[in-house]
Amino acid sequence: MARDALEDLELRLLLEGIYQRYGYDFREYARSSIRRRVWRRVAEENLQTISGLQERILHEPACMDRLLLDLSVSVTSMFRDPGFFLALRQKVVPILRTYPFIRVWNAGCATGEETLSLAILLHEEGLGDRVRIYATDINKDVVDRARRGVFPLERMRDYTSNYISSGGRTAFSDYYKAVGEVAHFDPDLIENVVFAQHNLVSDADFNEFHLVVCRNVMIYFDRPLQDKVVGLMHRSLTRFGVLALGQKESLRFSTYAGDFEELDAREKIYRRLS
Amino acid sequence: MSTIRLVAVGTSWGGLEALGRLLSGLQPGFGAALVVVQHRSAATPEGAMRAYLAERSPLAVVDCDDKEPIQPGRVHLAPPDYHLLVDDGLVTLSLDAPVAYSRPSVDVLFESAADSYGSEMVAVVLTGANTDGSRGVVKVHQAGGRVLVQDPAEAERPEMPAAAIATGAAHEVLDLRHLAIRLNELDRSL
Repeated sequence: MARDALEDLELRLLLEGIYQRYGYDFREYARSSIRRRVWRRVAEENLQTISGLQERILHEPACMDRLLLDLSVSVTSMFRDPGFFLALRQKVVPILRTYPFIRVWNAGCATGEETLSLAILLHEEGLGDRVRIYATDINKDVVDRARRGVFPLERMRDYTSNYISSGGRTAFSDYYKAVGEVAHFDPDLIENVVFAQHNLVSDADFNEFHLVVCRNVMIYFDRPLQDKVVGLMHRSLTRFGVLALGQKESLRFSTYAGDFEELDAREKIYRRLS
Repeated sequence: MSTIRLVAVGTSWGGLEALGRLLSGLQPGFGAALVVVQHRSAATPEGAMRAYLAERSPLAVVDCDDKEPIQPGRVHLAPPDYHLLVDDGLVTLSLDAPVAYSRPSVDVLFESAADSYGSEMVAVVLTGANTDGSRGVVKVHQAGGRVLVQDPAEAERPEMPAAAIATGAAHEVLDLRHLAIRLNELDRSL
């Protein structure tokens, strides 16, 4: 058996083992990126092979926790892609205003930077009192961290600059208090945020939303899984509800392409049609 | 002679001009797909690089979204600030941490391409002021792919080609004009 075929077999066995032992289903993640992430974990654990990692993961839940972090967290920031948040203000907020009560789902909220950015934006647009944001992630520890609303102070300079470019209406520093090395964000901002663990791959839809924000989460999925998850989003949206993806994610390749229209082609903001 | 399906190109400082010259030397009807990682700032205007290269290339040039199909005879550009990996026949993007300070990373492209395309690919390293790509060319070489490197003497910045050559994985070191000729030959052998 060729070396790469053997490696592919090891990877498939690892993902199958994780699914059967822990219930996390990574079997339909994009092969190239999950392979990189798994190899990084192999190296961090001072192991030689994916099979070696499989043994440790099956016997040590703490090792599974570490891999879960590798597989579920990507580097993020507040108001990442300011143009996206500007488009939200200009093109999506006017739609949201037409509803008496607004439900937003931030799927794959990771450590909460994006959720807080959404909360700030909706607050500034005067929608804070009639919106509820459901912020979910596959990883419970990460959701707990998001709930705290505490971020490294050293990031605030970048976030401030993003905030200004995104059409922010006040001084960004009004929203947090610096305490030592960290910034504590105003708890009122996330008063209407429900943080919860939810797995896009295996859990069902759980509410009906006017806006679903799921950015740079599905890039880690393979095409068939992307279709399933876009289907889940489609079922979770009200008629004419808005779906916001990452800047380089497109519904062009999706079987659901015809069920959405583009609200902003560059920022990949779509609106459910049927 | 082996058939090639994919040409993966990595470059950094001075890369835009070098890419323009390389692509302009390719024959119309070039059959393999090209995938390009060029280190660039996210602040660069959208589409500027594509427009510059499209003017010089006989092949269509596209900016990639996630899961963009990799098509023969087309040049696929990695977007700024994402890693670009290839699965068989399509592009996968990732926001994993920069590798050696770079995102997109040439190493990430080459390593993933070697996994999917093995002996059916060519890796090309052009001008750049860092060592990105030198891990990747080793993997490509091991997987049976060909490694072509721009002559450091000709490159605007020699560090990146020199680092690739220093690994011992380079099959040929050529100037841009001859790199294009060599790619045409390899492609014709299809």
